[in-house]
Amino acid sequence: MSASAEERNARTPWALTAPALMLFVGVLLIPLAMTVMLSFHDWGQYKGIEPVFILKNWHEIVTDPYYAEMFGRTFRIAILTTLLTAVLGAPEAYILNRMGGRWKSVFLLVILGPLLISVVARTLGWALLFGGNNGLVNKLLMSAGLIRAPIPFMFTETGMVIALAHVMMPFMVLSVWAALQRLDPQIENAAMSLGAGPVTIIRRIIMPQIMPGVLSGAIIVFSLSASAFATPAIIGGRRLKVAATLAYDEFLNTLDWPLGAAVATLLLAALVLIVVGSNALIERRYAEVFR
Amino acid sequence: MSRNGPLALIFHTIFVIVMVAPILVVCLVAFTPEGFLSLPTNGFSLRWFRAIANYPEFVHAFWVSLGLGALSSFVALLFAVPAALAIARYRFRGRDALAALFLSPLMIPHVVLGIAFLRFFTSAGLGGSFAALIIAHVIIVFPFALRLTLAAATGMDLSVEMAAVSLGAGGWTLFRRVTLPLILPGVISGWALAFIQSFDDLTMTVFLAAPGTETLPVRMFLYIQDNIDPLVTSVSACVIAITMTALILLDRFYGLDRVLAGKGDTGR
Repeated sequence: MSASAEERNARTPWALTAPALMLFVGVLLIPLAMTVMLSFHDWGQYKGIEPVFILKNWHEIVTDPYYAEMFGRTFRIAILTTLLTAVLGAPEAYILNRMGGRWKSVFLLVILGPLLISVVARTLGWALLFGGNNGLVNKLLMSAGLIRAPIPFMFTETGMVIALAHVMMPFMVLSVWAALQRLDPQIENAAMSLGAGPVTIIRRIIMPQIMPGVLSGAIIVFSLSASAFATPAIIGGRRLKVAATLAYDEFLNTLDWPLGAAVATLLLAALVLIVVGSNALIERRYAEVFR
Repeated sequence: MSRNGPLALIFHTIFVIVMVAPILVVCLVAFTPEGFLSLPTNGFSLRWFRAIANYPEFVHAFWVSLGLGALSSFVALLFAVPAALAIARYRFRGRDALAALFLSPLMIPHVVLGIAFLRFFTSAGLGGSFAALIIAHVIIVFPFALRLTLAAATGMDLSVEMAAVSLGAGGWTLFRRVTLPLILPGVISGWALAFIQSFDDLTMTVFLAAPGTETLPVRMFLYIQDNIDPLVTSVSACVIAITMTALILLDRFYGLDRVLAGKGDTGR
């Protein structure tokens, strides 16, 4: 009797997860596998998709310098966005953490809230601020005497990086914030009582302890920026393509699905490699922090 | 009481202004009385909000988004609640792998998901249909529904359930009368967060939506591609207002920091 009860007990978790598991296998894993297969199919203007196994699309991506340039731009933008969010987001999280209770929660809401506001609306805001040569940002910078001639923001990588950094900033602040919560404020006081100045405290006490937070935030920001679609499409326009907008064009304008699938597969593979690799590196480096 | 120096406070002020500026400028331009993009310097006007009514595409897209978000978040919970209970309560082989699979839509770029679903649903003869949108959205909001339910189920006091069992409750009654009410705050927050994610998704949906099933972000995106005028700013202002309302409700009932703290550690 006890054996059958135990058996039933062992089956319960599987019975509870079975519907979700079937859903994920049926409409997530199978479509993803189909996409990888699609990248090996042939395509022609008139014949459409031909289900054969060829390396044509992959060969084109590897040999045509257009794709090297496009992936180069994608990852360049992602790296610059990550750096910008880290350099500005980490100090902000630190300042936020030192604020008094009431202000802390107000500003946390102000900075993290945009995370849930439509990316289209937020990017539209940047398009309005940049808007041509006499956009608000340029007017402000010129009247402050910081620049002489207007900087072109629309349809440039500069504008894409700024808008993307704004979109991704909450992830970085959140990640550093989480690391700061684990930090013992007494260590800072101890360092101060031993005669350490503010610069030494930040460099020797705070920085090493929040580094895991900065790095895990960087991984999130990097992978989201490299696959971002809305912001590059609106700020970059039709000519400045990144991986996601190129795949969109191949699928919905050119209709060369196999080539688009190859671009998407390469993007996914590159991101998985980078994210898994850097996660492993960080965990080895900071094993004691993660326990 | 603040322990920040003046330099830190200046940095903080500029940071907050830059974070808020793009959102604020959209909302301000929406109130312009002019026929072109400009800040409302000569008084405020609601003409561009009234103009939305003359564009049935936007109104229709709004209802599509609302229905899609509500329905897909509900369906996701039907699958996520039992799965969350299993993962929270039982130690079984493959548990970690299952949890990783269920959270994987956060890690896969939405552009890749959009392509995969487009290929899949077109082959299945469901291309451009509302049903295809629902299924696709169930997958992308599932991790949010699962995670908040999981947090509620993990924090639950099991002795209440044991008491109910000792009094003869079992199976469905136990779930409906004891377990569900206890995890309900987590379930509702999971639904709200899932709804926001579905309501805001552009990247995946843009591949799947056809005329008639276009969601609001997709309609807005396609509109912006052609021209930017005050109409799209007033639509955006409405979207921002809806999200803010949901945000404030989430914050009241569950605590925004808890919702977002769960969100930050694995990314999308």
